[in-house]
Amino acid sequence: MAGNSQEYISHHLTNLTFGKLPAGYVRHNEDGSTTELTESTWTMAHGGDEAAAMGFNAVHVDSLGWSFGLGALIMFLFWRMAKKAHTGVPSGMLNFVEMIVEFIDNTVKEAFHGRSALVAPLSLTIFTWVFMMNFMDLIPVDVLPALFGAMGVGYMKVVPSTDVNVTLGMAIFVFALMIFYSIKIKGIGGFVGELTLHPFNSKNPVVQAIFIPVNFFLESVALIAKPISLGLRLFGNMYAGEMIFILIALMFSAGIALGLMAGVLQWAWAVFHILVITLQAFIFMMLTIVYLSMAHEDH
Amino acid sequence: MNINLTLIGQIITFGVFVWFCMKFVWPHLLTAMQEREKKIADGLDAANRAARDLELAQKEAADQLRAAKEKAAEIIEQANKRANQIVDEAKESARSEGQRIVAAAQAEVEQEANRAKEALRKQVSELAVAGAAKILGKSVDATAHNELLDKLAEEL
Repeated sequence: MAGNSQEYISHHLTNLTFGKLPAGYVRHNEDGSTTELTESTWTMAHGGDEAAAMGFNAVHVDSLGWSFGLGALIMFLFWRMAKKAHTGVPSGMLNFVEMIVEFIDNTVKEAFHGRSALVAPLSLTIFTWVFMMNFMDLIPVDVLPALFGAMGVGYMKVVPSTDVNVTLGMAIFVFALMIFYSIKIKGIGGFVGELTLHPFNSKNPVVQAIFIPVNFFLESVALIAKPISLGLRLFGNMYAGEMIFILIALMFSAGIALGLMAGVLQWAWAVFHILVITLQAFIFMMLTIVYLSMAHEDH
Repeated sequence: MNINLTLIGQIITFGVFVWFCMKFVWPHLLTAMQEREKKIADGLDAANRAARDLELAQKEAADQLRAAKEKAAEIIEQANKRANQIVDEAKESARSEGQRIVAAAQAEVEQEANRAKEALRKQVSELAVAGAAKILGKSVDATAHNELLDKLAEEL
């Protein structure tokens, strides 16, 4: 049971990976035999070990697929509503979409004081997309992997935001925007000054010269910490939530009493998770707005 | 927890979605919403204006009605006054006419009486003369006794 549980969990936490196996890698076939690769090969990984061996030259097909699919779905929905938008009385889906747009617009107006055509649509994209990705967490953990398993796909991790690549990818995009706007608004000098002249400064040039590396170190850490914390916060929350769903799902196979308890727990955690996924999507959006607002502020 | 090309893929995907949202989604929705907001605000304004106009119109109508009523009351009052006046005048003229008629009648009666007295007096004097002539057996010279006769007539 212990071995099975471990297998079950690690199976659930393994991505469907397509990547380049290095030359000389020994693949373990299903019948127990081994094949040594004579040259590096692009292939689907058969399990976590191979995925790990691929290193950076690999793509999580499931994460990217789901993330792109969900993003495309929500963007398509909003795009259709945007095409249908009119000045008359809105109804149905349009109402819902406009409610979200207005909510985001208000949030951006409150938190972001510069003028930018980018921040509001960026926030809308983040909020809806991250919400959709997180929402996959509410689908019972075994449903989609079992479905894909029946179609011959060995691994399927359906919640893109439990993949650190996805969350960090988004955080890095936000980070790039922060740097871009910092330099655009304040100029290179202003940006460098911001990194080197705070928090310590002095009128004495000699003392100031000593302060500069200290400031640069402190400010760099603060700057780098923003995207890292942004990405890891979402990842951590979703990963932990997914983990708990997996653990609860494990209980289903441990007798009727535990199974019933698991049902209750699953329901309770799912209800709680509705709050978590929305909150995490909102936090990601809010922090992005705040960071970009800071990037737009000229001291 | 492997960092790999998925990271780059996600960055590109994110960029594409943000660009798409910025280009095709956000402006359309926001423009439509802002236009609708303006339309609603205008509509509410118009409704307010109409309500104010209506109130003004009602006030004006009430004012006019009250003025008309006042005017009518005034006219009726004047008419009543005039009627009273006419009646009074008529009474007055009737009374004075009556008095005049009575006075004229009295004057005529007096005149008639005087005339009758005169005539009677004359007849009495003639009767007296005739009587005297019969008594005396001869005619009385009227002229000779004129003075006497007149005196007699006056005493009657």
